[in-house]
Amino acid sequence: MVKKPKKMLNLDVEMVEKVRNSATKIAEDTQVFIDQHTTVAVERTVARLLGIDGVDEFQVPLPNVIVDHIRRGKGLGNGIAIYIGNAILQTGLTPQQIAEQVTKGELDLTSLPMGDLFEIKMTIDKVAAQTVERIKNNRGERVSYLEKYGDKEGPYLYVIVATGNIYEDIVQAVAAAKQGADVIAVIRTTGQSLLDYVPYGATTEGFGGTYATQENFRLMRKALDEVGEELGRYIRLCNYCSGLCMPEIAAIGALERLDVMLNDALYGILFRDINMKRTMVDQYFSRVINGFAGVIINTGEDNYLTTADAYEEAHTVLASQFINEQFALKAGIPEEQMGLGHAFEMEPTMKNGFLYELAQAQMAREIFPKAPLKYMPPTKFMTGNIFKGHIQDALFNMVTIMTGQKLHLLGMMTEAIHTPLMSDRALAIENAKYIFNNMEDFGEEIEFKQGGIIQSRAKEVLENAHELILKIEKEGLFNNLEKGTFAGIKRPIDMGKGLDGVFVKDQDYYNPFISMMLEG
Amino acid sequence: MSGGLYSMEKKDYDKTLDLTKLRPYGDTMNDGKVQVSLTLPVKDDDKGIEAAKELAKKMGLTEINVAHHEALDVNFTFYVVFGTLVHSVNYEEIHVETVTTDVMDMKETDAYIKENIKRKIVVVGASTGTDAHTVGIDAIMNMKGYAGHYGLERYEMIDAYNLGSQVENEEFVRKAIELKADVLLVSQTVTQKNVHIQNLTHLVELLEAEGIRDKVVLVCGGARISHELAKELGYDAGFGPGKYADDVASFAVNEIYNRLNNK
Repeated sequence: MVKKPKKMLNLDVEMVEKVRNSATKIAEDTQVFIDQHTTVAVERTVARLLGIDGVDEFQVPLPNVIVDHIRRGKGLGNGIAIYIGNAILQTGLTPQQIAEQVTKGELDLTSLPMGDLFEIKMTIDKVAAQTVERIKNNRGERVSYLEKYGDKEGPYLYVIVATGNIYEDIVQAVAAAKQGADVIAVIRTTGQSLLDYVPYGATTEGFGGTYATQENFRLMRKALDEVGEELGRYIRLCNYCSGLCMPEIAAIGALERLDVMLNDALYGILFRDINMKRTMVDQYFSRVINGFAGVIINTGEDNYLTTADAYEEAHTVLASQFINEQFALKAGIPEEQMGLGHAFEMEPTMKNGFLYELAQAQMAREIFPKAPLKYMPPTKFMTGNIFKGHIQDALFNMVTIMTGQKLHLLGMMTEAIHTPLMSDRALAIENAKYIFNNMEDFGEEIEFKQGGIIQSRAKEVLENAHELILKIEKEGLFNNLEKGTFAGIKRPIDMGKGLDGVFVKDQDYYNPFISMMLEG
Repeated sequence: MSGGLYSMEKKDYDKTLDLTKLRPYGDTMNDGKVQVSLTLPVKDDDKGIEAAKELAKKMGLTEINVAHHEALDVNFTFYVVFGTLVHSVNYEEIHVETVTTDVMDMKETDAYIKENIKRKIVVVGASTGTDAHTVGIDAIMNMKGYAGHYGLERYEMIDAYNLGSQVENEEFVRKAIELKADVLLVSQTVTQKNVHIQNLTHLVELLEAEGIRDKVVLVCGGARISHELAKELGYDAGFGPGKYADDVASFAVNEIYNRLNNK
């Protein structure tokens, strides 16, 4: 899928190895903490994967109802699977029926006599296996679509829709697919990342985006499958597995065959002030699900550059990519599903800025050769001068085709003015198609000057990333987040949203899905 | 061909600039040339082109040239239209509310504070309400600044607190009181369905309820904010696109000084 990169930068491979080893240690160190904890979001995800869905009379999702119920009964440290499994054994009801009875106050799961643990696990494993099978089938369906239509060799044209109304989003998405878009991302409504629940049903109201709900996922998936059939191409669907419901969104995405998910705890910590303990634990389970479902994750390093300077802080992007790679591997995500992020965000007036962008993009390719890198367009220096903006986007498109970025988020010339109009998207696609076709093999034809500006820049960024990652390894990741290492933002370990939803696992804690999914 | 790019037709209108009858300038004074692009939810055919022309006519265009039309989907077509605008405006009579303070750079502002206010001033900024975008407030406040204009955090005589994004108005007011803010900066970058207006108005109401509206210089900024709109909503100033920390700081310190001296 991802073309093997040409080696052009003369990178110090030993140093790359050293940085990678450090990143492994950082991830292992954090994994110790992760393995000892669970969260309300993780448990709600288990509820969803066991088939619990719907809302109560106050529109509270049943996964929330049941997790709150067990939490009040002080049982969350065991994980909800044990209680559901026990209730199935005792009552013969399905998980959904159990949840409904709990909602009505007719059943108290933590006061039921606890049966034999082995038997409970057997029971719950049987239910879990059905969902795991469904997700596996979804993965198979994607593969068969790709076999039928073939997959694209070059960059995927990735566009966003953001009308706030799922039905209007569908109109826009279908039009974009016909114009040539390969990936459609439905931007979430502002503020959803801070909701500690996933809303229910189809939605038509949102600010700057549309709610991520299972029904919205299903509707968009169906529309894209239909237009894909018409076009003879598989159109990938993308959403956002971030915020306080990371693993839940991963679960509903896996159930509805989403293909790409933004999925990065560091982003939530830095930019949404989500507590780091909470979101690291959430991220792990969400990545296990994404990995198993064949979903390409997107990491959020590009966002560092919207606040920090893209030239001066380039090494933090690289260091973070290394760390994200290791966290992903721990969760069973193969390199082929790692859409590590970066962005074209250097100041346009900077002399030779294009060369530095090229160095950064090529370096990421050589260091992460199998990863379908996610490359984000200029946003910070888009001004409202749409004519100049269109050219900034053109330069960005050139970097992609020269270096082989894969998930290419199209820049809109009306960035910073409004969410894209249909024509903005069409012009962006036209721009990218023109450049990608006109310069298709340019990258194959060129070499960079030995010790020239581009090679020297890559060397410098790698060295700085090395230095930074040694420091993180020594002091720990949490410590560095407290100190403001990334994007210049400081986050205290016991502050931020969602901390009260973190629980230490008890000895008998059980989540059937982790081992089933890690085994593939 | 009617009046196209290379038309040799005699241009028989008055080519002297008359500010009471201001018209767009293409390549000749008073030629009235404008470009418009739009999408119509109809198929790409002659009838669609005619529809685009008629809409252009209703906008006040003549000599209309639909230079480009292209299907975006079966029933959506994109048009690029050029024409001559029949309207003019009287420039002499236009009155706009603008921030009239002379703009000082960082050093000048620091010196101004030392000399005239004689203590550090406290500026608290945030992107409030549901707005998740920090690009606006960061451009004004971050040390590094934006486009070569240093942000307020770098000013020696300013204690700058950037609270980030999605800060509720209540929280913002609480922080303002806690930090004894002299200046409040509110950024609204991307909003939908005019939610930014409600949000900005709500903040003014809260400040009034807390009795501190008169104690702070209240400034808003963002892609869709103008000074006029800001004044209308009860703010002391508003800064739209193309304004930097220099503009905001200069206004704020002048306002503080003026208030001190009117006492």
